[in-house]
Amino acid sequence: MARIELSAVRKSFDGTEILKGVDLRIEDGEFISLVGPSGCGKSTLLRVIAGLEPQSAGEVRIDGVAADAIRPSARNLAMVFQSYALYPHLSAFDNIAVPLRMRRLSAVERLPFVGALLPSRRRKERGIREDVAKVAEQLEIAHLLGRKPAQLSGGQRQRIAVGRAIVRQPVAFLFDEPLSNLDAKLRVHMRAELAQLHRRLNATFVYVTHDQAEAMTMSSRIAVMIGGELVQVGTPTDIYDNPRDIRVAEFVGSRKINILPGRIREDGRIEALGVALRFASAASAGPCRIGVRPERIELGSGPFSGHVVHAENMGSEAFLHLAVNGSDVRVVARIDDPRRLPSIATQVSFGFAMDAVRAFNADGKRIEVEFEHTERVRERAIV
Amino acid sequence: MKTLRAIPLWPVIRHLLLIAGAVVLLAPFIWMISTASKPPEEVFSSELHLIPHHFALWDNLKIAFAKANLWRFLLNGVIVTVSIFVLQVLIALPAAYALAKLRFLGRDTLFALVLFGILIPPQATAIPVFLLLHKLGLLDSYAALVLPFTISVFGIFLMRQFFKSVPDDLVDAARMDGISEFGIVWRVMLPAAIPAVTAFGIFSVVAHWNDYFWPLIVLNSEQLRTPPLAVAHFRNNEAGTNYGPLMAAAMVIIAPLLIAFLLAQRRFIEGITLTGIK
Repeated sequence: MARIELSAVRKSFDGTEILKGVDLRIEDGEFISLVGPSGCGKSTLLRVIAGLEPQSAGEVRIDGVAADAIRPSARNLAMVFQSYALYPHLSAFDNIAVPLRMRRLSAVERLPFVGALLPSRRRKERGIREDVAKVAEQLEIAHLLGRKPAQLSGGQRQRIAVGRAIVRQPVAFLFDEPLSNLDAKLRVHMRAELAQLHRRLNATFVYVTHDQAEAMTMSSRIAVMIGGELVQVGTPTDIYDNPRDIRVAEFVGSRKINILPGRIREDGRIEALGVALRFASAASAGPCRIGVRPERIELGSGPFSGHVVHAENMGSEAFLHLAVNGSDVRVVARIDDPRRLPSIATQVSFGFAMDAVRAFNADGKRIEVEFEHTERVRERAIV
Repeated sequence: MKTLRAIPLWPVIRHLLLIAGAVVLLAPFIWMISTASKPPEEVFSSELHLIPHHFALWDNLKIAFAKANLWRFLLNGVIVTVSIFVLQVLIALPAAYALAKLRFLGRDTLFALVLFGILIPPQATAIPVFLLLHKLGLLDSYAALVLPFTISVFGIFLMRQFFKSVPDDLVDAARMDGISEFGIVWRVMLPAAIPAVTAFGIFSVVAHWNDYFWPLIVLNSEQLRTPPLAVAHFRNNEAGTNYGPLMAAAMVIIAPLLIAFLLAQRRFIEGITLTGIK
């Protein structure tokens, strides 16, 4: 099992910089997700770790050893690809056996026809067969081993690809968006399976995805990448509750965070949509943005009002889209009980608690918010 | 009125045109089979009839096989076409893989040169190649028949286009599994490209089995003759051309290709539609 350290890793293709100096320490046995919008460089970073793509600058260390001169296969990492990348002409069994054959058999033993006659090959093949069978049992794919990839469903192919990764007992697993080709239901199921697999193997998992839900549900830590840089690294709760950058706040969360235009006044008080709130910031005066998650919008009372333009009933919960009066801002609020859903065009007033507010300055960096001094006595301020 | 409308005009014209085309294409073949089945006096008779009065195909075949060592010529054809194809694949696949999947300086220039190579007709380079073989002392040998065709720019182009469609992930997966770059060509790309290799194989085998020009230039010895040369040899007899056996011999040398095509028809059409080449 392995610790992976990246220091100042840069990568450019034809003059465009994809990775702009990434520092990351992946601990032994950790499940870390690299998450970000498409084109942010997360897959490139994974390929740099795998050795498939040499970095332009910086260093990759695996278990303290510089890996830069080591070939991909010799790094002893296993990778699962988005397209599964199974060999189409080989059966599931042979697909899983390929890494073992490449490692255990000599070049002569691998020769077609001739190799099969050697007694040493036969002995080694027996060992390979046992190992493949063990993995197949773990993943419950024993009945699929005789089939070609074309005869397997997406989920089954995914399992075979995972089997091919596990069988070589690598020091770490690299996943490149492995669930994006599956349908929604299967994806949720495979999420649980992968998390279980991680617990069972206790191995280092590096998981690349553009789906923040996958990152939130499976990983012990999330590294949010935007524009070739790591913007924030932390636990899922930390990333969700304490985004340090507005891009992180907007990216994480299955419902996008509501962003209200605001302003920090000269006296430090914060305004949102022109309404002065009862909290202040020590940051310098100027425009700012106020983020509030949909589940923290409190309907019924508050300084803001709007009318319902759209309602989404999900069964267990509902989302209300409000057009805020006097501006073109839309706000999404979650309602726990869909039976209490107001009808379209109803006027609704709303507000939010101070601890629901995440404020960001003009550059998108997080700024701290505190109660206005006179209001401190109140335990909870509904504005 | 009703009956006239029942027979639409355009499909009739269409079929007439197609039938006319088919007749033009098939006539030489039918004439060949007809002549091969006639005794000499019927071949030269002034009246035109397709079906011989005396069926002499068997006699003509016997004469053809007696006059020339047709088996030997057929074997030569097999040796030459198979060696050419095997060497072409050995060279074209790694080259195509490099052009399609590896990143290196000058790759696009090299590929442009490959495309340029397709434009050069073999006749244009015939004399330099002939002189080269002469200097090497290889004229009048199997090597002279095979070597000039081992690098097929068309093959490289065709395989490169096909390899482009093989996902990069598959190549990367092979690298992670520890397969070497040459290993990837033979263990991953070749099995994925079987339809394309089959299509290329048919183009290559047909072209070189039927090639008349190059063997005519480089060969002297009778025992090295390829099938088309052997047939042509029937014409030059001083006793006058004996058309019956000549056509019978032509039938014999065409047969392997026809049989191979009928057996591999589905694969062939798959390959053609797949490569978009006609």
